[in-house]
Amino acid sequence: MLSTEKIKELEAIALKLRKHIIEMICAAASGHPGGSLSAADILTVLYFYKMKHNPQEPGWPDRDRFVMSKGHAAPVLYAALAEAGYFPTAYLKTLRQIGSSLQGHVDMLSLPGIEMSTGSLGQGLSAANGMTLAGRLDKKDYRVYCLLGDGECQEGQIWEATMTAGHHKLDKLTAILDHNKYQIDGCVSEIKGIQPIADKFKAFGWHTLSCDGHNMKSIISALETAEKNKGKPTMIVAETVKGKGVPFMEDKPCDFHGRAPTKEEADAAIEALCKLEKK
Amino acid sequence: MTEIKKMATREAYGKTLVELGKINKDIVVLDADLAVSTKTSLFAKEFPDRFFDMGVAEQDMISTAAGLAACGKIAFASTFAVFGSGRAWEQVRMSVAYTRLNVKVVVTHAGITTGEDGASHQAIEDIAIMRVIPNMTVIVPADAVETIKVIKAAAEFHGPAYIRLSRTATPIIYENENYDFEIGRGIAMKEGKDATIIACGLMVATSLDAAKQLEKEGISVKVVNLHTIKPLDKEIIINCAKETGAIVTAEEHNIIGGLGGAVAEVLGENYPVPMARVGIKDMFGESGKPDELLVKYGLMPENIIEAVKSVLARKK
Repeated sequence: MLSTEKIKELEAIALKLRKHIIEMICAAASGHPGGSLSAADILTVLYFYKMKHNPQEPGWPDRDRFVMSKGHAAPVLYAALAEAGYFPTAYLKTLRQIGSSLQGHVDMLSLPGIEMSTGSLGQGLSAANGMTLAGRLDKKDYRVYCLLGDGECQEGQIWEATMTAGHHKLDKLTAILDHNKYQIDGCVSEIKGIQPIADKFKAFGWHTLSCDGHNMKSIISALETAEKNKGKPTMIVAETVKGKGVPFMEDKPCDFHGRAPTKEEADAAIEALCKLEKK
Repeated sequence: MTEIKKMATREAYGKTLVELGKINKDIVVLDADLAVSTKTSLFAKEFPDRFFDMGVAEQDMISTAAGLAACGKIAFASTFAVFGSGRAWEQVRMSVAYTRLNVKVVVTHAGITTGEDGASHQAIEDIAIMRVIPNMTVIVPADAVETIKVIKAAAEFHGPAYIRLSRTATPIIYENENYDFEIGRGIAMKEGKDATIIACGLMVATSLDAAKQLEKEGISVKVVNLHTIKPLDKEIIINCAKETGAIVTAEEHNIIGGLGGAVAEVLGENYPVPMARVGIKDMFGESGKPDELLVKYGLMPENIIEAVKSVLARKK
């Protein structure tokens, strides 16, 4: 059973991830805060509650796999890996610097714990399918998780991959849509709408679920339901807010899609996050 | 006259895959609805569990292969050259080459000998666009026998590769597999002193034919099978330039960016000598029989002979 303490613990971790995101992107002076903040709670649940993984043995064959298909949300993944113990949190400040393993978009060869290099949108779900198929061939029990972005669903390859997962009935695959409703150029519904998004996945042979992407209980419950679903892959549409946790970023989701906060903005953001901590 | 034995390189590929599948259970094969044409259907029949027909979705196929490879599989992904290199170029770039994953993109129906299907299906740019990707190995086997060796070698080394095969039956130049083959090392097929023809794929046989005819005119020509376009055997290219003082390249590909381009880069930087490129002259192909197209697009022994004479005329 999920205790109140556990929920509190996860919330505290998510807050740490958010602070890391602001600090590392500010230090790098470039990066994508909005879509990193919107995914912070989801990654917290995955790395600190749901997934079987071992920071001491990143290549453990039986580990669950996570593919960050929306590769520009690299900062939230780096923050989660650092907090989980894959590397020291002090290293986070090297984000996007020359020689750093923390590439602008995730690179599996430079950083243990990264399962697939991404950055060019649309490719991660196919790779996650491949990992799931390999697990089936090897009769392994691991699950594969894949995080998608809203704008990413405009890529044709996502639908090729969606068809593949449905066809092969990949029930060890759980995809999560970080449904924050914005992309760089504006509101997704105005640029090129993706609704009804759950119906689309359903039509391609998936189970679909929704959850509040900023509520630990809701995320956990969706992930556990997904695990019980047999014979189909599951898509969890996680309702999220771009820039979540930092009010002035939430107010300007497009501005902070791919722009780093200035030092002053970062200070204000950390202050806002500290207020959440006290609540 | 003895009849020239012919076999399509794709046939050799299909058979070799089955052979490898029997000894290595980590080999998986993917295709994009062309399994009968690429000959991966032979593997599919033998090992249905390890074969994935991805449907008409080349981009998804390449990234799925990457996911399989990330979990320890040796993934062979096949389709026609134009789709494997072009349609899925960026998937090859990021999911396969950037990650250095163990994915072998083995394509068939390369070049104009694809024939009747016409220009949409005739890849003439693929060597160029594959060899510019970092971490990539690019191989064009000279015949069906060499294809067997290439596929076996590809299964043994860890990392990405692009292997270019033909649809049509092409002359067999190697009697059997008893010869030294190493990825990245060109093979001198015939010695000569006046000029060197460096060729790949079916143009190796054409070059040997041209060399034989030149011999009758008293022109002694060396022929090199440069099966690996990347990593390129610079040593053999420079040595040939030093020994013979003139180079002709021959490939079933656009003269821009392919084998000729790669050889020109090496010569230009290291040992410039008169050079000529035989290939498709920066134009799209068309429907027709493979033999007719080879004539029309200048890929015959005569075209090579003419090129050799042109470089000899420029030799000091």
